[in-house]
Amino acid sequence: MSFLDLSGLQKSYGANNVVKSFDLGVQKGEFVSLLGPSGCGKTTVLRMVAGFETPSKGTIRIDGQDVTHLRPNQRNIGMVFQAYALFPNLTVAQNVAFGLKIKGISAAESKDRVADMLRLIGLPALGDRYPFQLSGGQQQRVALARALAPQPRVLLLDEPLSALDAKIRVSLRLEMREIQQKLGITTIFVTHDQEEALSISDRVVVMNGGLADQIGTPFEIYNKPRTRFVANFVGTLNTLEGTVTDAATGQITLNGQSLRLPAPLESAGPVGLALRPESVHLNRVTDGDMVLPATVTSVHFMGSVIRVQAVAAGRPLALDTFNRPDTPPPAIGSTVDLSFNPRDLIVLHASE
Amino acid sequence: MKRIFAWSTFGFGIVYFFLPLVGMLEFSLKMRRGVYSLDAYASVLNDPQFRATFGYSTIMALLTIIFGVLLVVPTVFWVRLKLPKLRPVMEFITLLPLVIPPIVIVFGYIRMYNTSSWLPLTGSATGSDILLMFGYSVLSLPYMYRAVDTGLAAIDVSTLTEAAQSLGAGWFTILAKVILPNVLVAVLSGAFLTFAIVIGEYVFAALLDRPAFGPYLVWSGGNKAYEPAALAVMTFALTWACMALIQLATRFSKHTRMQPK
Repeated sequence: MSFLDLSGLQKSYGANNVVKSFDLGVQKGEFVSLLGPSGCGKTTVLRMVAGFETPSKGTIRIDGQDVTHLRPNQRNIGMVFQAYALFPNLTVAQNVAFGLKIKGISAAESKDRVADMLRLIGLPALGDRYPFQLSGGQQQRVALARALAPQPRVLLLDEPLSALDAKIRVSLRLEMREIQQKLGITTIFVTHDQEEALSISDRVVVMNGGLADQIGTPFEIYNKPRTRFVANFVGTLNTLEGTVTDAATGQITLNGQSLRLPAPLESAGPVGLALRPESVHLNRVTDGDMVLPATVTSVHFMGSVIRVQAVAAGRPLALDTFNRPDTPPPAIGSTVDLSFNPRDLIVLHASE
Repeated sequence: MKRIFAWSTFGFGIVYFFLPLVGMLEFSLKMRRGVYSLDAYASVLNDPQFRATFGYSTIMALLTIIFGVLLVVPTVFWVRLKLPKLRPVMEFITLLPLVIPPIVIVFGYIRMYNTSSWLPLTGSATGSDILLMFGYSVLSLPYMYRAVDTGLAAIDVSTLTEAAQSLGAGWFTILAKVILPNVLVAVLSGAFLTFAIVIGEYVFAALLDRPAFGPYLVWSGGNKAYEPAALAVMTFALTWACMALIQLATRFSKHTRMQPK
């Protein structure tokens, strides 16, 4: 059994089912992100683990102990909030020591632990400051230290980076991941930012409409999205419509050309296909590629990457290519050949 | 032109408000014939009845404040956290003391708690004191409630509560260590207002026959010449001192600046 085990979790407010049926097992020391648009139920799942919401159905176990009906202050869980939620009347050191004092840890030991924590978050000299004297990033680091100080069994992060500006967001997320790995603490991270989720998680849960659409490593989520929703929500995507001619051998027709997918398909008839922009190339790269003539409609030069928008067979198609100083990007309105390997086509299933 | 008009209006207001006070102050200094002196003040301060009634009212005020804080802070906290739909009801209830005259309230008390009732509070001095304290709490409720409610509105009550809970705190710890310290300035301003109300209150104390400062003020006004003016000046000074203390408390609290959200 997993260290943190959520099984059959449901939550409804009246007739509104916010979380329909949610199962997740998190291993000890694992960093799992709940990713999804607002209203998908990810925060509700987190709040049920924290004990702020009681599940309508289902159980939550931590290390084999059923905590479903324990109060939040009995669960030994650390939580970091989007709004920092530092106690404004206490100094940084007093904030970090808050949980230790409640646990009945001696003043001397608590002082050592607070110093350790402040060193861990890189703010060893700010113990005497009040929260209002700190920047947002510093406040959130103190909030992390405060949550970690009582050595909780599970750490919950509720969109901790959303209130910060872009640059700090990136550096702080790496720092949080480093601290998490150093302490080996089991962590659930809620975010609506796919880049955040992909970059620091061991596994990502993509949620949609109160259900987990897909659970997998960031690599799997990005490269093998199981549903149309996951494919659209995570990264940019080109969608194509093909027709299955032979399901058993994976034979389809796309834009009048016949091609073969590496895996057999479930049924004959129309099929939704997707293609990441980085899988599409200008001109033919290798034999066996499928080639589509296209007209370039726009070119975005973003430095290391160039994103080209084109229309092929009446459908918009985006492609990403690396910048090369000797090859200028195609002109708008020019006709080019776009190619891709049929292996890179993603077959989409409807959301369950 | 507009400016001159504004300033002259302001000046008129100042004169309108301060002139009677200046007159009263001047009169209170005239006890000794021909010269200004503090005789009236000395006479008031040396009056044992003044000291007894003022002391009594001060103690009643402190008890009222303690009771008010213990009643209002947890209630407002709970309503804000768990029962936000009840806020209009709270607003209504706490406004009632401003609408219902004290005389009606105190007659209600006397009817409810007289010596032939099931709870004969008016039968003993202590019982009457308790009744008076409850009466004062009702009178100060609108001010205490509004002060505390404003204080709680300035902090993110639910997130702070959840943060404290996740750190293992129970309700008592949350109220004592997180909520109360953060609304202390608001509670203080409510407390000073309560103090000012209790010190000058007449109707409750007179009808419950308690030796409070309000009835003494009235009695002295009917029986002496210069002392009432001195007393009035002193009560004004006390009220203003309370207001100054509210300002000071706000100024010197280190952490009242809010964190950005």
